[in-house]
Amino acid sequence: MSTMAAVIIGVLVAGAVYSLLQRSIVRIVVGIVLLSQAVNLTVFSAAGLKEATPPVIADGARTLADGAADPLPQALVLTAIVIGFGLVAFTLALTTRTYQELGDDDIEKFNRTDT
Amino acid sequence: MLIAILTLLALSALAPLLERVLRRHSYQVLALGPLAVFVSLAGGFLPLGRTENWAWFPSLGVGLDFHLTGLGRLMGLLICGIGVLVLLYARSYLDGERLTGRFGCFLMLFMAAMLGVVLADNLILLFIFWELTSISSYLLIGYFHESEESRWKALQALLVTGFGGVAMLGGFILLGLATDAWTISGLRATDVVIIDHPWYPAILTLVLLGALTKSAQFPFHFWLPNAMAAPTPVSAYLHSATMVKAGIFLLATMHPILGRTDAWAFTLVPIGGLTAALAAYKGFLQTDLKSILAYSTLSVLGILTLMLGVGTDLALKSAVLFMLGHALYKAALFMVAGSIDHETGTRDVRVLGSLRSLMPMTAAGALLASFSKAGFPPFFGFVGKEYVYKTATQLDEYALLVLLPATVANMLLLALALKVGLHPFWSRADVARLPKKPHEAPWTMWIGPLALGAAGLVMGLQPHRLVTPLVQPAVQEMAGHPVSFALALWHGFNLPLMLSVLTVTCGLTLYFFRRRAWAIFARIKPNRFTFDLAYKTAFDRFFADAKTVTGLLQSGSLRQYFMVILMFTGGLLIYELFLLGDVPLNAGLAGLSLVQGACGLLAVGGTWVAVTSTSRTTVLAGLGLVGFAVGTIFLFQAAPDLAITQILVEALTVVLFMLVLSRLPKIRFHRPARTRMLDAAVAMFAGVIVTVLVLKAQAIEIAGPISGAFGDLSYLQAKGKNVVNVILVDFRALDTLGEATVLGIAALGIKALLCVPRAGGGRSYADSLIFRTTARALMPILVGLSLVVLYRGHNQPGGGFIGGLLAAIAVILMSLAFSSRTARMSMRIAPGTLIGVGLAVVLVSGLLGMFSQTFLTGLWLPAFELPLLGKVHLGTPVLFDIGVYLAVIGFVTQTTFSLTEENA
Repeated sequence: MSTMAAVIIGVLVAGAVYSLLQRSIVRIVVGIVLLSQAVNLTVFSAAGLKEATPPVIADGARTLADGAADPLPQALVLTAIVIGFGLVAFTLALTTRTYQELGDDDIEKFNRTDT
Repeated sequence: MLIAILTLLALSALAPLLERVLRRHSYQVLALGPLAVFVSLAGGFLPLGRTENWAWFPSLGVGLDFHLTGLGRLMGLLICGIGVLVLLYARSYLDGERLTGRFGCFLMLFMAAMLGVVLADNLILLFIFWELTSISSYLLIGYFHESEESRWKALQALLVTGFGGVAMLGGFILLGLATDAWTISGLRATDVVIIDHPWYPAILTLVLLGALTKSAQFPFHFWLPNAMAAPTPVSAYLHSATMVKAGIFLLATMHPILGRTDAWAFTLVPIGGLTAALAAYKGFLQTDLKSILAYSTLSVLGILTLMLGVGTDLALKSAVLFMLGHALYKAALFMVAGSIDHETGTRDVRVLGSLRSLMPMTAAGALLASFSKAGFPPFFGFVGKEYVYKTATQLDEYALLVLLPATVANMLLLALALKVGLHPFWSRADVARLPKKPHEAPWTMWIGPLALGAAGLVMGLQPHRLVTPLVQPAVQEMAGHPVSFALALWHGFNLPLMLSVLTVTCGLTLYFFRRRAWAIFARIKPNRFTFDLAYKTAFDRFFADAKTVTGLLQSGSLRQYFMVILMFTGGLLIYELFLLGDVPLNAGLAGLSLVQGACGLLAVGGTWVAVTSTSRTTVLAGLGLVGFAVGTIFLFQAAPDLAITQILVEALTVVLFMLVLSRLPKIRFHRPARTRMLDAAVAMFAGVIVTVLVLKAQAIEIAGPISGAFGDLSYLQAKGKNVVNVILVDFRALDTLGEATVLGIAALGIKALLCVPRAGGGRSYADSLIFRTTARALMPILVGLSLVVLYRGHNQPGGGFIGGLLAAIAVILMSLAFSSRTARMSMRIAPGTLIGVGLAVVLVSGLLGMFSQTFLTGLWLPAFELPLLGKVHLGTPVLFDIGVYLAVIGFVTQTTFSLTEENA
């Protein structure tokens, strides 16, 4: 499984980089989405993808059993997913607004808005 | 002492309010602050030598350390005493101007900063107050901010003194590192011989840069005449007791620490002498009252620098006496100049005259002050001048170097004094030609000059009784040993007296030929090179060059920026790979289940579609595939919380995309396929590097997991069985608090970006009866489910995030089936309010923790049994989770409404 996770991460990164290098503003949003998926998966797999039980303390037990997955990366990724969602929502709003104002989706033509 | 400064700061904050309530009497209330400080300094309530140490940044060695020195007390008396008079004066002077409340605020801020400078013992604290004087004087000088020139001059003063301030900070830090003493009292007591330290030249240069820029010494003298752009009360204050005197104060304070070396003397004596003579000469050519006074201030500062450079006991004595005299008469004369300007509408000495009978009180103040400035006996200015001459004549080595500039400057200063204080009142002129018909200024405007002028006379008559107790401690500190004092007006017939006679004779001659001098001046062409011009050139060049340099890196092309980021990140990753060279690659597909394999294929395929397709819906479908594949991986890798969150978020992302899809452009590529091959190559390369790195990272374990404690303590201490949730709402709650805040800010940003009109949102997306009926039925079920998920989240998969997303989906369903207006109504509470309430709940739950230990410590009530729910355990983490729940609902619904309603 870990090998496949590594491959998926690589594919996602490649897709993200390619999208971010394009000039269409929507592609850049696509790149951001893909990149955040890749990063989430990387953090998640950092704990090692082994056979495990969910990090929930069993009924009657007082501490987490040995075979349970590491809860820390999961907590990190959980917040990352929600933050990533916030980021996507924001960039979507930004993109919509930009396109509405400038009537173009080619970021190379946005230069004059810098000043 | 801290209380004194805080009082002034508090009055500064209150000034605008006072102005609104009391109008023209507001400054009289403000003046009570400095008056109280003045009284406590003069009356001994703040005894000499008092120290205060308040902790501030103990880890950095920066404390609110104050120490009342003799010099600090003298300066403090001047700052507060003249401050009171300036405040009284300023409100009348500015009557009718707008923003007088703001002006009072700035003036009090400046006063507090200045008091801080002279009372601070800690070097860093001194620096902070020092910079605060620069900033507040910038605000004061630029008071007439609608004038471009005024702003420019204010900025010049700020930049020049700010530059010096930074240099001084560097000097202080070196000083602190060299001696390990970060206070002035510590530096004076230290065993380290600073003047023999290898860093001494650097320390001296930097500290002197700070002092010389602040007190406007050559070649930094140009900012002070320009600072005349300030309203006159500000000039009166800046020139007499404050701002420029801060530089002199620093020199005097540093004298026992850094002084008495050749480097010290040979820097300060020529600079001081040059400034003194040059400024006096330039002042003589001026015809504007304020300019005359500005140049004479420069000249006096030059003499003070000169005296401090000489550094003998006598020189230090004369520096302090001269400074005291100057503070009194210069504030008075500036106020007089302001009054004349105020009453006649002009400051040009060529047209002024005959004001004696029209403005008798002002005339009396002007006469007293100008005689002191001129150095006539028995005024106090005479004492100061005599001491300067005495110092010069008793020097062995460079007597002439001191004597010459001092004599020239004093002669010219005498002429200048009479020009300002005598000429407008006593010489003949046609009053009818003045722009305004003059009459006496209000009492608040003549009380200052009169009081200060009278002080100059009284102190001159009784120097030993009145001045010695003030001045002696200061001089002794500066000298570092006891200095005998026998101040007297009359020292017998000696060389200094001869010099005084010479000065008076020459000065009076110059004064009588003043009209001819103006005629000559009118013919002199302006200098082609001035330091002011050099400053302007440097200033413009700096920005032009900065623009050029910025242009090299900032091309304005996002693609290019991204390439740069990519190159550096890629370089670092490759370097990392190089370091991990000998770690084996444990790649292999052994043990891969069918589901996992399917997930992999889905993710890869989804990415391919999302990246290559030009159809908006297809791209969206591709992204959805990727998201669900990743979610499934979470699910099968023992992370149910993640899987649920991911799938809900994916659903919401698709909805959000769908909402704006019709308004987004087609996803074109803008560049031909051939040129995109390079992008593809770069992307593939990046992908391969990341894959290899991840594989290698999986093979090594640098440190053991740190989460063992979480699993062990989750139930026992945090009363929760779902460790992921416990981490979020308890162990690492601060992170979650930050995250919830970010969501709130993002929602605000989206709202601002799309500027929703309240009336919009009537449009429905699906006009389908089945959908509507289902949505209406599902809404309560989903909300109920979300509450269950929220409640059980502490022990089972679920929690505030997941619950919030579920509830938000219920609202969105309504918004899609009917309209966002219906959805808003079904919510009954605005999303923005929901975010605010959620964040407030989160904060309150954190603050409750402070009752027991620190912010965000979990507190629990004893568990109790309830029907249906079983054992219920309530505590602040539960409250925290509820806050998160509300904030998430608020965020998602706000975003959806913004995106939908913008459509209408």
